[in-house]
Amino acid sequence: MTENDKALSAKVPSFLDYAPAPESTSVLHLKKHYGLFIDGEFVDGRGDAFSTISPATEKEIASISNANSADVDVAVAAARKAYDRTWSKLSGADRGKYLFRIARLVQERARELAVAESLDNGKPIKESRDVDVPLVAAWFFYYAGWADKLDYAGLGPNPQSLGVAAQVIPWNFPLLMLAWKIAPALAAGNTVVIKPAETTPLSAMIFAEILQQADLPKGVVNIVTGAGDTGHALVNHPDVNKVAFTGSTGVGRAIAKSVAGTGKKVTLELGGKAANIVFDDAPMDQAIEGIVNGIFFNQGHVCCAGSRLLVQENVHDEVVDRLKARLSTLRMGDPLDKNTDIGAINSKAQLDRIRELSDIGEAEGSERWTADCPIPENGFWFAPTIFTNVSTSSRIAREEVFGPVLSVLTFRTPAEAIAKANNTPYGLSAGIWSEKGSRVLAVADKLRAGVIWANTFNRFDPASPFGGYKESGYGREGGRHGLASYLESAGWAAPAVTKGGKK
Amino acid sequence: MTRLTVPKTYKLYIGGKFPRSESGRTYEVATKKGAFLANAALASRKDARDAVVAARAAFSGWSGATGYNRGQVLYRIAELLEGRREQFIDELMATESLSKSAATAQLDTAIDAWVWYAGWADKYVQVAGNGNPVSGPYFNLSTPEPSGVIAIVAPQDSSSLLGLVSVIAPALVSGNTVVVVAHQNAPLSAISLSEVLATSDVPGGVVNILTGSPAEIAPWLASHADVNGLDLAGAEQLEWVDLQIAAADTLKRVLGPVVGVPAPSVERIVQWTETKTVWHTKSLI
Repeated sequence: MTENDKALSAKVPSFLDYAPAPESTSVLHLKKHYGLFIDGEFVDGRGDAFSTISPATEKEIASISNANSADVDVAVAAARKAYDRTWSKLSGADRGKYLFRIARLVQERARELAVAESLDNGKPIKESRDVDVPLVAAWFFYYAGWADKLDYAGLGPNPQSLGVAAQVIPWNFPLLMLAWKIAPALAAGNTVVIKPAETTPLSAMIFAEILQQADLPKGVVNIVTGAGDTGHALVNHPDVNKVAFTGSTGVGRAIAKSVAGTGKKVTLELGGKAANIVFDDAPMDQAIEGIVNGIFFNQGHVCCAGSRLLVQENVHDEVVDRLKARLSTLRMGDPLDKNTDIGAINSKAQLDRIRELSDIGEAEGSERWTADCPIPENGFWFAPTIFTNVSTSSRIAREEVFGPVLSVLTFRTPAEAIAKANNTPYGLSAGIWSEKGSRVLAVADKLRAGVIWANTFNRFDPASPFGGYKESGYGREGGRHGLASYLESAGWAAPAVTKGGKK
Repeated sequence: MTRLTVPKTYKLYIGGKFPRSESGRTYEVATKKGAFLANAALASRKDARDAVVAARAAFSGWSGATGYNRGQVLYRIAELLEGRREQFIDELMATESLSKSAATAQLDTAIDAWVWYAGWADKYVQVAGNGNPVSGPYFNLSTPEPSGVIAIVAPQDSSSLLGLVSVIAPALVSGNTVVVVAHQNAPLSAISLSEVLATSDVPGGVVNILTGSPAEIAPWLASHADVNGLDLAGAEQLEWVDLQIAAADTLKRVLGPVVGVPAPSVERIVQWTETKTVWHTKSLI
C-alpha cells in the first residue's frame, strides 16, 4: 500500500462525505403480487410464485407468478392470434403511433420506473434515472418512426415481418433490454412473448401497465415471468418464428443448438471481455473517468464492460495510481440514494461468482487492490477491485466476471495492444484512448469487436447498432441494422446472371 | 494413329498448393454411365484441418486488401475462366453428362456470377454500412467486415461449377477465406477452378478446395473451433441439423441447405460479415 493509499483509506471527513439523499419510493404503487401479462390481462401462472427481492436489503418487494410450459403455450397462442388478426393487418403508421404512445408513457412515468428498477436490480438511481429509463423512451421513439418506413431499411421493397418473437432478457438492464427487444419487433410488425430475468421482473410489470394505458391491442406483447424453465419452454415453442436472447454465452450456445434445423431466425447478444486500450498519448483525465465508467458502471454487470485494461507500459503506474485514487472517492451503498456511485450486486449467485473468480485471480498470482469502502450489513456488495500484474492466460483476463473487477495488463506497441485485445473468443466491444486520431482509426480497423468506443466508453443510442463478433453472438440490435433481425427480405429483383447469362 | 493422351492427376488445393490427401486415399470419378474419368483425392479430417489452418493464415492479408484490389483479383478469375472455356465445358459434359450447350450455359452463368460478385467488393460496405445519428458529440459509423474463415459444402445435386462459384464468390467478396467441399461426384471442374485460382492473383490459402465425401469431412469443419461460418448450401442430403448443432459450440454463423444453386444476392455477401460500429468522440472547440 502506498502512502497515498493509506491517506485515502484513513477516511478523514471531507467535502466528499455526503448526507444521505434517498429517492422517495412514494412514487411507486406496487402490488403485492404480479401475474403474467397475457392477452392484455394479468393472469396467475400455473407454476409456484416466487419473490423478487431488493439486492440491497434482501427484503421482498413483491411476489411474481411463475409461468410453466402450459402458460407459455397460452402466451404464444395469444401472440399468434394478435399477429394474425390485429398487428399484421395494422398499417405501419398505426403501429408507429402505438410505439410513440409507449415512448411518451415511459417518459411520463420515468421516475416511477427508475425507482422500481433501482429497487429491484440494485443499480444506483442516478444510472436508472439518467441512463436506463431515458434510453428506454428513446428506443421506442426511434423505432416508432421506422414502423411506416420499412421499405427504406435496406432489405429490398416490402420486407416481411416474421410472426411471433420469443425474447429472453437478462437482469443487468431489465427495462432497457426489454425496450431493445420489443421496440424493433413491434415496429417490424411482429408480436412478442418476452421473459424478463427471474431476479428483475418488476419494471416489466409496470411496463405491462403502460401497455394497458397505451391501449395496445391485446396479445401484441405478452410477458411471462419465471426462471430458466420458462425461457426454455418459450424459445423451444414450435409456434415461434424468431428467438432473441441476451445473456450468457453458455445459454446462447444451448439456444443455438436447440433451434438448429427449426428455421427460427435467431439473434444472440452474449458475453464479452472487452479490451480498453490506453495509449500514452491518451487524454488522461477523460481516460481515467472512462476506465471507471467502463468497468464500474452498473457494478460491472455489463456484457460490453471494459474489463481488460490494456495500458501502454510507460504510463501504467500513473494510470493505476490515478485509478485507485478515483475509486477511493466512489460511494457504494443504497441504490436509491442520489449520491450513490456503486450499487448492490444483483444476486447472491452473482456475488459468489465474482468472489470465486477474484479469489482465483489472486491465487493465479495477480495483485489485488480493493477500494476501502464500508460494506452495508445486509444485501449483496462487492467493492470496486483492480488486479494488476495480470497475465494474459489468467482466468480473470479471459472469463467474464460480470462484476466490478478490472484486470490491468500492459503493452508496448500498438501491434501488441491489438494482438492482446483480440486474444479472446469474445468480440463484443473495445475501447481506445489516444489523442492521435490517425492512430485511433488504424487501431479501430484492426480490433475484432462489434462496438468500439474511441475516447469514450459504454455509450448507447437507439440509432447505433450493437452486437458482437465471434462467441459474443450474432445479429445487431439498434439502428437500421436492428430492424433486419425482425424482418425477412422479400427479395431484390434477381440479377440478370441467374438467367444463364442471356438477356 | 490417334495420339495417346496425357490424363491429369486431380489433387486437393490447400494453402495455394496441390497436395494429395495426407491419407493417401483416392476415389473414382466416373461418368454417369460409369466410365472411368479420374482418381480424385479423398480428403480426410487432417486435410480439412490443414485447410482451415491455411485459410486462417491467409485471412489477414485478404481481408486487409482494399475492396478495389479484391474486386480486380476476383474479376481476373472471370478472365481466366473465359480463357479455359474448352476445358471446363469438357469436364462438365463428362462428369454431369451434359450436352455441349448445357455445359456452355453453366460455364457462362458461372463466369457472369463471378463478374457480378467481383463488382461488389468495393461497394457492399456502402450498401450494408451506415452513418448513425446518435444523440451526442460522437461521429458514429457502422461498417461490415468479413467474419473470418468460412467452411462450405458446395451444392451437390447439379451444376458442379456454378454451384461452387455461387457459394465461394460471395464469401470472398468481403475478405473471408474459405474451405469448400466440392461436388462429390463431379469434382473435376472444382480442381480445374483451383488451377485458375493458383495462377490468378488470389493469395494461397484464400480458397481451399477439398474433394471427397461431404458426409465425412463436413462434421470436422462444423465443429472446428477456428471456423467462423458454416454454409450448408449443399448439405441437404447430410445430417445437416447435427452439423448446425456442432457449429453452435463456437457460435458459428450458419446458412442452411439450398435447393439447387443459390441465386446471386447481396444478402449472401452480408451473411458472412460482422457489423462494426465505432464511436469517435468529437473534441470541444
